[in-house]
Order: sequence, then C-alpha cells, then structure tokens
Amino acid sequence: MIIKVLFFARLKEQLGESSISVELVDGSDTNALKETLLARGEQWLALNDEAILMAVNQNHLSQVVTLNNGDEVAFFPPVTGG
Amino acid sequence: MIKVQLEDFDVGEEYQRLRERTSAGAIVFFVGLVRDMNLDQQVKGLQLEHYPGMTEVQLEKIVVEAKTRWPIQDASIVHRVGDLDVSDQIVFVGVNSAHREASFEACHFIMDYLKTKATFWKKERTLGGDVWLDARESDLKAKDKW
Repeated sequence: MIIKVLFFARLKEQLGESSISVELVDGSDTNALKETLLARGEQWLALNDEAILMAVNQNHLSQVVTLNNGDEVAFFPPVTGG
Repeated sequence: MIKVQLEDFDVGEEYQRLRERTSAGAIVFFVGLVRDMNLDQQVKGLQLEHYPGMTEVQLEKIVVEAKTRWPIQDASIVHRVGDLDVSDQIVFVGVNSAHREASFEACHFIMDYLKTKATFWKKERTLGGDVWLDARESDLKAKDKW
C-alpha cells in the first residue's frame, strides 16, 4: 500500500522534503511507517525527537493506528500559531 | 466562519458579521499582532506556515467544542499565513452570545486551544537570522486550565 507522508516547518527543512510517498506492507501501522522512514538515513533521526507530533488523515494521533492504502500521515513540530 | 488566508483582514467587517445575529447581546473579539521583540531578540517579521486542510478542520473542531461548553451563538476565526511584518495582524477570534460572560470565556478558550492544537508554525525574522519558534510551556498550561 502507498502512504502519503508530509513534513512541516523545521522538520521539512531538516529533511529537505515536504511530501513523499512510502510503500508499506498491507496492515502496517504508524510505528512501522516511522521505522521505515528512520531507516532512510541519518537526518531522518530527527523524527525520533519526542516533541515531534503526528497526524493521520488530518487528525492528531494519540496512539498507534493501522494504516490503509492512500492514508495521509504528517509529521511536525509542536504548533506555534496565534 | 473559519478563514485561513494570506491577506490582511478588516476588524470592522469581522465585527459586523458577528453583529448581524440579532439576538446577540454581547460580542467579544481578540486580535493578535506581530510583536517587535521576542525572547530578547529584535523581530523584523514572521513567516507563518500551516497544514492546508488540517488547520481548518482543527479550527472548526475548536469552535464546535466552544459551542458545547458555552451558550454562544457564533464564532469567527481568521488566521493569516505567509510573510508578516511587525505590528501586522495575525489572528482574529470573535464570539457572540446573549450575555457577555459566555463570549469572554469562549473567546479566551478558542485562543488558548488554537495556540496548542491548530497546525500553524511561526518562523521569526530576527537580526540574528531566521528562527523557528518553539512551543511554549505557558501556552500548554493556558490550554490545560480549560
């Protein structure tokens, strides 16, 4: 299955990517996605920062969830609007 | 009404929109501006990034939550993105209700929630270079009090 992955703000600059597609085995969860990204190279360790937040299909993620083909997953630093 | 936009907004127009609800006895609004100082750094301006789609959904959810907590009639949020200069308007939050207390509290609640839930990120242009702002502990505490 194919997952669309987005990065924002500081993370986007650190990774040099704003949007990528990742192919995962069917039934994979958000942890598996993160592991796959971490394996891409040293700068991807930025995703391991515990402050980094995730959203799945534009909803804040509060626990590990199973992903489906076509899901949109975003990684981003804590928000600073307002 | 939720708006995320590059353009500036007119507080008078936003106020008027909230005023068109005839049974409202109170309107409370808040406007946030770009400050010229932050953490002792001279700020020249801001770049505001957001997550198109998710940001609007999160703002809608915050308004729905406010409506479940207080008897407010309507709420408006306008939040700007893109490049802003010192003293530019960043955000408008306005609420109307039959009596003032609900509007005061809901407006305060929406701002506190917006700062910790809505997917916006600020990058400041300072004399020392461009820096992404970190989230503040004080903002999280402000949200938790609701």
